[in-house]
Amino acid sequence: MNNGGLYAGMSKAIVDGDGVRAGRLAGEALGAGLDPSEVIEMGYVPGLRRVGELWEAGEYFLPELIASAEAMKAAMAVLEPGLRHSGGRAATGGKVVIGTIEGDIHDIGKNLVAAMLQAGGFEVFDLGADVKLGSFIDKAEAVGADFICASALLTTTMANQKRLVALLRERKLRDKYMVIVGGAPASRKWAEEAGADGYAENAVAAVKLAKDMVSRRALGERR
Amino acid sequence: MIETRRPKIEFLSPELADKIVDEGLALLEKEGIFVENREALKLLGEAGAAADGATLRVRIGRGLVLECLASTPATITMYDRSGEKSYLVGGDEIHFDPGSAAVSLLDHGTQEERKAGTRDLIDFYRLVETLDHIHFQSTGLVSSDVPAGVADAYRLYLGLLHSAKPFVTGTFRVEGFEPMKDMLAAVRGGEEELRRKPLAIFDACPSPPLKWSNLTTRSLIDAARAGIPSELISMGMTGATSLATIAGTLVQHVAESLAGLVICQLARRGAPVIFGGSPSSFDMRKGTTPMGAVETMMIDSAYAQIGKRLKLPTHAYMALSDAKVNDAQSGIETAMGAVLAALSGINVISGPGMLDFESCQSFEKLVIDDEICGMAYRLIAGVAQREEPIALDKFEGFKPDFQFLSHPHTRCWYRREHILPRLMDRDPYEAWVMAGRTTVLDKAHRDVEERLRKPPLSPLPAGTRADLQKIMAGYARSQGLGPLPEPGL
Repeated sequence: MNNGGLYAGMSKAIVDGDGVRAGRLAGEALGAGLDPSEVIEMGYVPGLRRVGELWEAGEYFLPELIASAEAMKAAMAVLEPGLRHSGGRAATGGKVVIGTIEGDIHDIGKNLVAAMLQAGGFEVFDLGADVKLGSFIDKAEAVGADFICASALLTTTMANQKRLVALLRERKLRDKYMVIVGGAPASRKWAEEAGADGYAENAVAAVKLAKDMVSRRALGERR
Repeated sequence: MIETRRPKIEFLSPELADKIVDEGLALLEKEGIFVENREALKLLGEAGAAADGATLRVRIGRGLVLECLASTPATITMYDRSGEKSYLVGGDEIHFDPGSAAVSLLDHGTQEERKAGTRDLIDFYRLVETLDHIHFQSTGLVSSDVPAGVADAYRLYLGLLHSAKPFVTGTFRVEGFEPMKDMLAAVRGGEEELRRKPLAIFDACPSPPLKWSNLTTRSLIDAARAGIPSELISMGMTGATSLATIAGTLVQHVAESLAGLVICQLARRGAPVIFGGSPSSFDMRKGTTPMGAVETMMIDSAYAQIGKRLKLPTHAYMALSDAKVNDAQSGIETAMGAVLAALSGINVISGPGMLDFESCQSFEKLVIDDEICGMAYRLIAGVAQREEPIALDKFEGFKPDFQFLSHPHTRCWYRREHILPRLMDRDPYEAWVMAGRTTVLDKAHRDVEERLRKPPLSPLPAGTRADLQKIMAGYARSQGLGPLPEPGL
């Protein structure tokens, strides 16, 4: 069966940031008995890839990015039950616990990263803003997370990112999780100083970083 | 003599300004605002607003807002530490103060940002004290070597020890208010004296969209009762935490600010309030909040116009830059902001010295900006008719070799009509080369060093100093802390 037209429509819905259309097409695909993971791979992921390209080319800005991420979320909401049913896995990534660090209420950047990670196939547990250090770890333990991502906007609260890593060490859990820090004042240098595993300068780069880290870890584990 | 016109700009037509206010009032009445403080909700409820204790949402009727606007003073007179020198905050008077609460300092030697410590904060106060065109101090740096629990009170403490100018400051924690108020009252010699002669303005920021947090609401109530002016710092970011349109952002700005003003008035009628803000254009690529964006400045000027229309003193974060070093961008954004703010007649203009989105102070930038502020004051002084006739009589006996350099009229007026810059380069080319091809930054750095080498301008009398030390030490103890870095460095 040739589903080229349907897949192109799905991709376009993502590029257009049209959640209603993205969800409707996902429903049609299920109705036609298509395999959800194939639909994601062939229909929606190319759209996301195109959005990434448009961002890199400077044609797309944050509003387009977030609309596309939300369209992806709408499609996934329709497809996910079927995925679980067939035992497939939407995510090529893994599980992410994310939040704005203790003492900080600024969550726009964190929301962007969460949305993009989710759109990029990660299972995201967003704890919101002003998240206690212990809560990051408790949640990560509870859901079996791969990543802990902590955001900070203020240079005063940024220090808590470092304390989060220290707390992980204290609880002897440091090697269990990949820690990514972000936020306006964070930098690659700061990530190193804080003892985090990664830093990305924006939401698109964060998805790429997380994917790279997952594959690096997979390679490492095989060695 | 013909009256001198003060040059002025207004971005909004009266119709648009009124419509923005009208929608702001309707927004408060219809959709309401979140107030995360029980006492404020109670005050609002008692005054007839529809306050819901469960959702913390309160709808404030137009009548109550207008009544509160009527009881808010149109002007505030700030006094310096001695209580002798006064500054009118209102009308079209302008006063610059450094951008506040930077967490880092641009190190001139390395040209990199580094964390600021207590030593830096003291230098900052001493430097600002020497700058003639920066009328107010601000608690401009957060010392990284002081525990966060007492950082708000501690920076005011150091400021009062080292500076005589009025302050723009604020609390980081609810507990910080009391010791800060006590210190201000100790300087004045009592709370009643402090009420009569305000020494510090407290900033309080709503959280966009449409929310007053517990900390900031508490600050509004406490400050109102102590007679300390509250500066309302609404800060929508276009397209992120407020509407993408400038006019839409202004509607939210009005609603948030007026809700804050109502809380102040209900806490104490006649409480001084400043219609301020730190809104910004939101960069849709970087996700940042550029204070140097031209749209940010348009929002600032426009809400200040609305504040004036509401007969309130005004404030804005202008005359600052998002550049990371003192380069062309920092000069462009700072000067554009200073001039626009001055032409808008904004009463308190916070910004000088600041780089990197309100997060980094630079001593060199402070002295450069002081010069910019001097130009702004000159600009709004306008073109005056000094004599009658203006010129005609000076040309009597006019001959071919006529010039004005030796004319008595020149010596009478040139200093009053023209300012002589300290840092801007006006050398002929050869002289500039001979002098070592110095840039404004080189000169600024030398200027900073010279100013800091001089003995402190405004040490505090020993008796008051001891009072403040006692209050600060008591507060630190109450927070479970030992001795703090010694300010007598």
